[in-house]
Amino acid sequence: MSDIKLEERLAAVLARLILDPTAKPARHIAVGAASPIPAAACWLVKLQDHPVRLSLLHKRSGNPFTEGTRELFDLTGQGRIDLFFLGGGQIDGGANLNLVGTGDWPGRGVRFPGSFGSAFMYPMAHRTILFREEHSPRVLVEKVDNISAPGTSPPGVFRRGHAQALVTGKCVFRFHPERARFSLDSVHPGETIESVRAATGFDFDVDDAVPVTEDPTEAELALLRGPVCDEMVETYPEFCARVFNRKMAA
Amino acid sequence: MSPMSLEAMAASIPDGSLVAIPPDNSLPSVALAKALVRRGAHDLRLLGVPVSGFATDILIGAGCVAEVQTSAVSLGEAGFAPRFSAAVRAGSIVVRDATCPAIHTMLQAAEKGVPFIPLRGLIGSDILANRPDWTVIPNPFAAAGEDPIVLLPALSPDVVIFHAVMADEAGNVWVGRRRELATIAHASARALVTVERVVPGNFLEDERLAPGAINATYIEAVAIAERGAHPIQLLDEYGFDADYVADYARMAKTEAGFREWLQREVFEPARLAAE
Repeated sequence: MSDIKLEERLAAVLARLILDPTAKPARHIAVGAASPIPAAACWLVKLQDHPVRLSLLHKRSGNPFTEGTRELFDLTGQGRIDLFFLGGGQIDGGANLNLVGTGDWPGRGVRFPGSFGSAFMYPMAHRTILFREEHSPRVLVEKVDNISAPGTSPPGVFRRGHAQALVTGKCVFRFHPERARFSLDSVHPGETIESVRAATGFDFDVDDAVPVTEDPTEAELALLRGPVCDEMVETYPEFCARVFNRKMAA
Repeated sequence: MSPMSLEAMAASIPDGSLVAIPPDNSLPSVALAKALVRRGAHDLRLLGVPVSGFATDILIGAGCVAEVQTSAVSLGEAGFAPRFSAAVRAGSIVVRDATCPAIHTMLQAAEKGVPFIPLRGLIGSDILANRPDWTVIPNPFAAAGEDPIVLLPALSPDVVIFHAVMADEAGNVWVGRRRELATIAHASARALVTVERVVPGNFLEDERLAPGAINATYIEAVAIAERGAHPIQLLDEYGFDADYVADYARMAKTEAGFREWLQREVFEPARLAAE
């Protein structure tokens, strides 16, 4: 099997987090805008014959909703969405997300597109996997400039779930809502605790021994490069061309 | 029902109106946005339902907009919206950040004719902290003082503009599975709709078409604009024109490039068509 691409490694890591036996089973997963790697992870889970319903918001044909994204938020409000993915222009050590922008409100430094549904989805989904490929001190900051969606909520405020993990191009962090801190779960091949620390703006917990992130198996790679790519090529043609060397039939 | 002209439809939207626009996956009328640019609209207050895309960026760049209320402004795979970003940097527009379900929910309150509506989540977000028009109360059905929850006021746009596939003789319009547009039409004082074509008959008398139809009760006027969503996808009628949007994103990085794009894509085609 040829070299493992980072995107393939990240999709396999996300798929294992989706299937984490210690978490509430993910029967219904929603994937938002511009998220090809989380979408690949979801298809990898589904094509391994796990019973899961996928609602891919930006599917160009056969979109799952007949009431637009309004239906996604109503589903989530009821507790019918088990797992969602979020990222952020800035993510801090308390798992707070900033999708608005840097500097004064509303992002007078660098303006990001905006918060989308994060202020609702983060507390209302049963769990959220945070995903941001860029792992740098400008993204992973000590404290976000603006909070689009908080990582934890005060006692008494209704909240169904939290971040399960933060996956980046360098490592996997686990989030611990009771102490509002991340711990380093594994480092991707080529990275060390020190290299991760140097690229991270927030403080995090480290056990004595941090394992290297497991490689995708041959079976996972074969699924990703074949049937997963088949499912994704219409919605993410550029991603499939770049990662899987697949051109969509004209 | 007889269609009006696109330019007359744009002229009927007063400066200063609160104009609801769906995002780039839900049938925006790019044709009507371009017509608003040509008529020199100004001080519009745009509402992205629930986010904003290509049409909003053009209107902001052309100086038509005083304020935008939205949950995000983006060109999708083509990246950040360049004229929106420039306007935020310059402080030339007011941005009222929201979050997607809040916008849907405020419209649902207007649709029901109730003054406010509760929504979960949001507490602890700076979006809430920057919205003095949103408030938090204790859930009146929980034990005293417990379970804080956000209340949102009903929101009724002056006008919603979107692009449907077709209208019928009775003035109903057909939007397929994008039925969230019905909520916006129900909540808005006026709905102005561009369509690819007007067809004989009545969608509401056809079981297969009726679920995707919006009743003419809510539709003030229809204008024919062929390929009126372009470069945005229109259901299964035509696809997304990624090259066109990427070209826009490149040119609109600068004010001069944007002006050149406007001349070529908004003013010149209309001048040629009028000749």
